[in-house]
Amino acid sequence: MNPFGYVLAESPSAALTEIANDRGARFIAGGTNILDLMKDAVETPSTLIDINALPLADIERGDRELRIGALARMSDVARHSDVRALFPMVAIALDESASPQLRNMGTMGGNLLQRTRCAYFRDVATPCNKRAPGSGCGALRGVNRTEAVLGTSEACIAAHASDVAVAFVALDSVVHTLGTGGSRAIPLAEFYRTPGQTPQIENALQPGEMIVAVSIPIVPWAKSSTYVKVRDRAQYEFALASAAVALDIDGGIVRNARVALGGIATIPWRSHAAEAELVRKPATNVTFERAAEAALSDAHGYAQNAFKIPLAKRTLVRALETVSA
Amino acid sequence: MTQPLIGAPLDRVEAREKVVGAAKYTADVALDGMQHAVVVPSAIANGRVASIDETQARAQPGVIEIMTHRNAPRVVARKATPMQSNLFLLQNDVIEFDRQPVAVVIARTFEQATHAAELVEVRYESEAPQMDLDAAEAYRPEQLFGEPATHERGKPVTAFNAAGVRIDEIYRTPTEHHNPIEMHATIAAWDGERLTLFDASQWAFGVRDRMAHVFGIPADRITAISKYVGGAFGGKGQPWSHVALAAMAAKLVDRPVKLVLTRPQMFGWVGHRPQTEQHVEIAAERDGTLASIVHEVRSETSISDEYVEPCGIFSRDLYAVPNYRMSHELRRLHISKPTFQRAPGESTGSFAIESAMDELSYALGVDPLELRLKNYSERNPDSGKPYTSKHLRDCYEQAAKRFEWDRRDPKVRSMRSGRMLVGMGMATASRATHRSEASVRITIRPDGTIEVANGTIEQGTGSPTVFAQLAAEILGVPFDRVRFVWGDTTLPNAPLAAGSQTAASVGSAVVVAASLARKRLDEANGRIPSDGIVVVHHEKPSEEDENRYAQQAFGALFAQVEVDPDLGMVGVTRFVGAFDAGRILNRKTAYSQLLGGCVWGISMALFEKSRYDDRTARIMNAELSHYLIPTSADVPDIDVFAIEADDPHVNPAHVRGIGEVSMCGSAAAVANAVYHATGVRVRELPITVEKLLT
Repeated sequence: MNPFGYVLAESPSAALTEIANDRGARFIAGGTNILDLMKDAVETPSTLIDINALPLADIERGDRELRIGALARMSDVARHSDVRALFPMVAIALDESASPQLRNMGTMGGNLLQRTRCAYFRDVATPCNKRAPGSGCGALRGVNRTEAVLGTSEACIAAHASDVAVAFVALDSVVHTLGTGGSRAIPLAEFYRTPGQTPQIENALQPGEMIVAVSIPIVPWAKSSTYVKVRDRAQYEFALASAAVALDIDGGIVRNARVALGGIATIPWRSHAAEAELVRKPATNVTFERAAEAALSDAHGYAQNAFKIPLAKRTLVRALETVSA
Repeated sequence: MTQPLIGAPLDRVEAREKVVGAAKYTADVALDGMQHAVVVPSAIANGRVASIDETQARAQPGVIEIMTHRNAPRVVARKATPMQSNLFLLQNDVIEFDRQPVAVVIARTFEQATHAAELVEVRYESEAPQMDLDAAEAYRPEQLFGEPATHERGKPVTAFNAAGVRIDEIYRTPTEHHNPIEMHATIAAWDGERLTLFDASQWAFGVRDRMAHVFGIPADRITAISKYVGGAFGGKGQPWSHVALAAMAAKLVDRPVKLVLTRPQMFGWVGHRPQTEQHVEIAAERDGTLASIVHEVRSETSISDEYVEPCGIFSRDLYAVPNYRMSHELRRLHISKPTFQRAPGESTGSFAIESAMDELSYALGVDPLELRLKNYSERNPDSGKPYTSKHLRDCYEQAAKRFEWDRRDPKVRSMRSGRMLVGMGMATASRATHRSEASVRITIRPDGTIEVANGTIEQGTGSPTVFAQLAAEILGVPFDRVRFVWGDTTLPNAPLAAGSQTAASVGSAVVVAASLARKRLDEANGRIPSDGIVVVHHEKPSEEDENRYAQQAFGALFAQVEVDPDLGMVGVTRFVGAFDAGRILNRKTAYSQLLGGCVWGISMALFEKSRYDDRTARIMNAELSHYLIPTSADVPDIDVFAIEADDPHVNPAHVRGIGEVSMCGSAAAVANAVYHATGVRVRELPITVEKLLT
């Protein structure tokens, strides 16, 4: 681990000033991700700017949206009564994430910005275009059982690791940021970037910009939602495949649908194709399977992870069955 | 004494010390003037170090020295006996496995050494490593730790071909790493020609003797201290390279040095269970009588060293089968040397054989338990010797009853719980019992307190408690009058704390020594002489004793699983294990050890695999977030118990060892349950989702 400085930021503007003056600095909130990466020498910040004291942890229900502060802890969000009542898929996705200790520390902003679990990204002795652009992708023909099958490129097949971001992207959530240039509201669907030829660029954040909140538009039928996660053990493990689903069913016909997939894509994967297969169709297994086929139609499997394609389909069908039941 | 002490479920004597954090493990020790050493591991698996640029690293604050092959003290790196492992002590520039030590940075603090180690720039001349088991150099080892590696009885091939029902399959187990919670750690301090070593080891005497050889000094100039060990499982059975490197570093900087491994380095040069490919041919007559077993084992070893995973022992010694053959073949890969891991041979061998027995039971249409009973062997089937005792039948019966095996519908995919497929499977456990010579000193002081001394370790198994129990019982004194002293080479000799042999070896020495002390006490009419009583006994099993009987511990495992038919996720929902291991010295510590063995068996079945990138021979899940082990949520309430039948013939302690038999068979029981649930036979561990997506 590199030696580094430490600064406690007392206000958002102070934090932004600190980072503007030190481009090698990083923000630290829960620290559940960046500290690991620093120990592995993947991240070598000059300074850690501690933002835990900033007033960004509130969860507020408005008329049209629920706004979750960037510093709200995963465990606090998961047990918040409005979250549980309005967006069950968000609460489930959080409950199914990490371990209780990590959920008590991890924050919403940090969760959205967590880095991939790709073993090559995390091992500086190996090539990785995301960590060291131009060095190659170790996973492409290497150990790639847990890598992505959607949104990949020859340069990078690293899967996005977040659970809750999958639920957020299904719900048309918006990321609110603050930078020296002012504040921005970025739909989560536009926030993440697939790797293409620049896997080192993962999202729309500008240098020195911070996430201050994420807001979820309130739609009544989001109450009929769930998150299904398939993984290698019962707890404390990332998704091999996951599905966040909300359905508005009236008279056996799907009126509205939201579908997003996790564990199988380079970004939290909203599937409009699956939604199109669902809307105005009977809420039956045949429909669900068509939606699953549509969701994975562009998928590409690699030597060890082709199983994720059928697995993701089944995971999505299970989620649709669960919500429609 | 109204209640017998032997077997009593007493709390471990060091419990409080451990709970409050007062028990000092190796890495907790701090010596005056101690410096910190951090190993730089290689980033290639085959080639040589071309150059090392130390400029940046040496410029860091606190850095005292960087030890590489250019300045390392010259030592004897090669092994003294075939059982020892080659050490990689910076004597040359050759690299034969990934994460081989190529440099050691010594600095004032651990953080400084860690940072500087990252800045040592090593350039390599690299060649493609050999990682293909099929293409690698092959040879047949002659020995399995003193026994022939190839062995036959009857006419196995003829009998197989003539039999009515035959199974012919290949079973595979992956490379697995020990991963005890405590990292390997060594502290080395020289005082002239004298060396003191604190080491996280299963055998302080082994550390002492090996380092005497490495440094060319008499063993009596070395004191090795291994008191508390935070799990070892065979991985700390012998000193690996870092032990000598710590002592070399201490010599180089002329100060005490502490060297602690990181978790990724635990996947480096400190041993692992090798991957195996086991070809099993098993045949029976229509009535279920076994006709033949052929067990051909192929496993990986390193480029310059030999470790054979002795899977064949399990099949050789278990069932009453007249025609039998086992063979072992090694394949040399660019990996570090494999080593013993809890139930070496039996854990892997039992997965293959007990899976094959399960397959045979379906082919015959016979209940899997019935098949085992049908081929029950009252004597060791290979040597023909009687057992010291064998209560495996009781294990089967009692475990089956507790498990309610009779509720099992024999048809596959026939049982459900809601959406989930339910399966029940079983397997047999068996492991040979060994003991080695050991010395014990018992001191009865005039005040009536008693000290029992032996240089063994405490690695969680409860040794200090059970040896005090044994001594107190025999001496007829309350438990709290006896204190067991352990943990270094100044004490009477202890054998390697492995192979489930410590209770049998040190325990037997305690029994005999305590009996002698009791006799001295009785001769003095119970009055302790003013200078006390000291008895030193060296207990060595006679060859005659060892050869009279077959000595084995046994067990029966029953597992129930639920499998999601669409998503392939497996959960173990019930687990029962019964073990026959002779006398139980402490029901509480024994229960813990049996339980731990079963949990590890579940882990082997469902989770563990070190995943190599075959292009580089680098393990890509070399840390615990990606090398999966069970969480609490993955482990059901496990019902384990021992058939507590005395075994007066096996050794003076009457014990047959529980550490390893308890992790034998569990993986097969789970795999067999998965087959019963799903109809999918998984012959390659671990059983992961993709193997069940049908």
